Amino acid sequence: MGKIQLITKGFVKENPTFSLLLGMCPTLATTTSAINGMSMGLATLFVLVLSNMAISATAPYIPDKVRIPAYIVIIAAFVTILQLVMQAFTPDIYETLGLFIPLIVVNCIVLGRAEAFANKNSVVDSACDGIGIGIGFTFALTLLGLVREILGSGSAFGFKFITGDGILVFVLAPGAFMALAYLIVLFKKVTAKKGE
Amino acid sequence: MTMAVQSSFKNMTLCLFAVCIVSSALLAAVYAVTKEPIEAANQAKTNNAIAQVVPEFEGNPVPGTIEVGGKEYSYYTVSKAGRPVGYAITSSSVGYGGPVVLMVGITADRIIYNTTVISQAETPGLGAKCVEPAFADQFRDFNPAEKSLTVKKDGGDIDAITASTITSRAYSKAVETAVTVYDAIVAGMETADDNQETNQGE
Amino acid sequence: MEYILIIISAIFVNNILLAQFMGICPFLGVSNKLSTAVGMSGAVCFVITLATLVTYLFQYYVLVPLHIEFMQTIAFILIIAALVQMVEIVLKKVSPSLYQALGIFLPLITTNCAVLGVALMVVTKEFTYGGEPHLLNLGESVVFAFATSLGFGLAMILFAGLREQIALNKVPKPFQGIPIALVTASILAMAFMGFSGLV
Repeated sequence: MGKIQLITKGFVKENPTFSLLLGMCPTLATTTSAINGMSMGLATLFVLVLSNMAISATAPYIPDKVRIPAYIVIIAAFVTILQLVMQAFTPDIYETLGLFIPLIVVNCIVLGRAEAFANKNSVVDSACDGIGIGIGFTFALTLLGLVREILGSGSAFGFKFITGDGILVFVLAPGAFMALAYLIVLFKKVTAKKGE
Repeated sequence: MTMAVQSSFKNMTLCLFAVCIVSSALLAAVYAVTKEPIEAANQAKTNNAIAQVVPEFEGNPVPGTIEVGGKEYSYYTVSKAGRPVGYAITSSSVGYGGPVVLMVGITADRIIYNTTVISQAETPGLGAKCVEPAFADQFRDFNPAEKSLTVKKDGGDIDAITASTITSRAYSKAVETAVTVYDAIVAGMETADDNQETNQGE
Repeated sequence: MEYILIIISAIFVNNILLAQFMGICPFLGVSNKLSTAVGMSGAVCFVITLATLVTYLFQYYVLVPLHIEFMQTIAFILIIAALVQMVEIVLKKVSPSLYQALGIFLPLITTNCAVLGVALMVVTKEFTYGGEPHLLNLGESVVFAFATSLGFGLAMILFAGLREQIALNKVPKPFQGIPIALVTASILAMAFMGFSGLV
C-alpha cells in the first residue's frame, strides 16, 4: 500500500467514526460547535501520530505479554505532553474541551491503531496511518460539529447567520445522538452507491 | 514482520520499568519547559479580565484578599494618579451546571463598570449564553443604588436569559456578592483611615 | 441531605452516558441483550467505585505532596489497568460464579472512559452540592462514583431492553444496527432531560 493510500483510507473506507464507529465518547461530547469538534480532532491526531510512531519504533523490543500496558503508558505520556502544551499555548481550547483531553488515553482509536497497525509496520508507515486516521476523525468531528452548530445555534464556525436561536436540542445531548445517527445513515448510503 | 520477544518475568519487568522511566523523564522535561508559559498564560488571562472590567488605569493591579461573611474573596485594586479608581473582584455563585465565577469591576464611586465570566459550566445554547453581550452588557455601567440586582421574574431589573432563569439568577447573585465585597473593602479602608475601628460594615 | 443530592444528580440529572457521553463504547457495543447489559453494569459498578477510591487516595497522598500533579493521567490509567487485572484474579479465586458473570467484561473496562472520567472528575471538578463550590471529599467521592455507576447501569439496562424490542421490528436497511440504536439513545436522552432542574 502506498503512503498516499495509507493517508486517504482513513477518510472514507476506514473512517474511524462513520465506518468503524470508534471513539464515540469525544465524538458526541465535544461536537457542540464546528470549532470544538475540529480542536478535539486535531488533539487526537497529535497523540495518534506520535504514539503510532513511538510504538512502531519500540514494538520489537517489548515482550508480547506486557505490550498493552506498555502501549498505554506510551499513549498516556503523549496525552500528558499534549495537556501541558495546550495549557501553555491554547488555554481557552483546553478549558472548553476539559476532561476529554485526558480521556484521549482511553480513546479506542489510539490503542486500536497501535494494536492493529503500528506494532507491525515501519515508523514512516505508522506515521502516515496515524495522519490518515487522525484526519478522518477530525473531518468527522468537524462535520458533526458543523451540523449541530448550524441546526442548534444557527451559526457556522462561529459566524451567526440567523438572528435568535436555532433548534436548541441539537446542541444538547439528544441532538448529538440524533445528528450522528443521520450522518452515519448518509455515509452508508453514499459509500454503498460508490461500491456498486 | 513482527519478531515478538519471548516473554519472561525478567524482561517483562525490565521492559515496563524502562517504558515508565523514559516516559516520566520525558514528561518531567516537558513540564519544566511548559511551566513558565502556563503561568504566563494564567496571568495573562487574569490581566485580560481585569482590563476588561475596570476603567483605564496606570501601573499594575494590586492583588488583595478580604473576608466577608466567613468567606475569603480575592480582588485587585487599580489606581490612576495615585488614587484607586476601581476594584476587580472575583466572586462566584451556584449556577445550573456548576459554579459561575465572575470578575466584577466596580469603580471608586460604586458603579459596576463591567463584568466578565472567568469560568462556567452552564448548558451550551442555554445558560452558557451568559457570556454573550446580549445578557452581560446589562451589568455595564450599572448603579446598584438605583437598580436592583435580581431578575425581573423575582421583581428586579435584570432581563433573564430565555429558559435559563437559574443561570441568570446565579450571575446576578455573583454580581451582588461583589458589591457587598466592594462595600467591605471601602469600609475596611475607611476604618483603616479612622484608625482601629473594628466595625466591618456589612 | 448532601449525599442524597449527589446520588440523584449523578443517576438522573447528570447521567454519565446520556448527559456526559462517557462510556459510550460499551453502551453501544454490549447493549444487544439485556443479560449482557446487566453483567457489564455490574462490572462497571464494581470497578468505578474501587478505582475512584484508590485514585483519590493516590492523588492526595502521593501526587499532591510530591508536586507531580502533571503525572495524574498516566498514574490514574495505570492504577485502573492494574486494578482491573487484580479484580479479575481475585474474583476468579474467591467467587467463580461471579467471575463467570462479570469476567468477560472486565478486560473491556480498562478502556471504558467512564472509569477514568469519574476518577479525574472527583479530583478536578468543583461541585456545588449544598451551596459553595468545592472539591469533593473522600466520602462524597466514593458516593458520587457509586451513584454514577448506578446511573450507568440504569441507562444501560433501559437501553438494552429497548434494543431487544427494536430487534423484533422491521427497520429500514440504512438504519439497521448502530443508527437506529443512536436514534433510540437520543429519545432516551430526551426523556432523561426531563429530570433536569430536579437538583
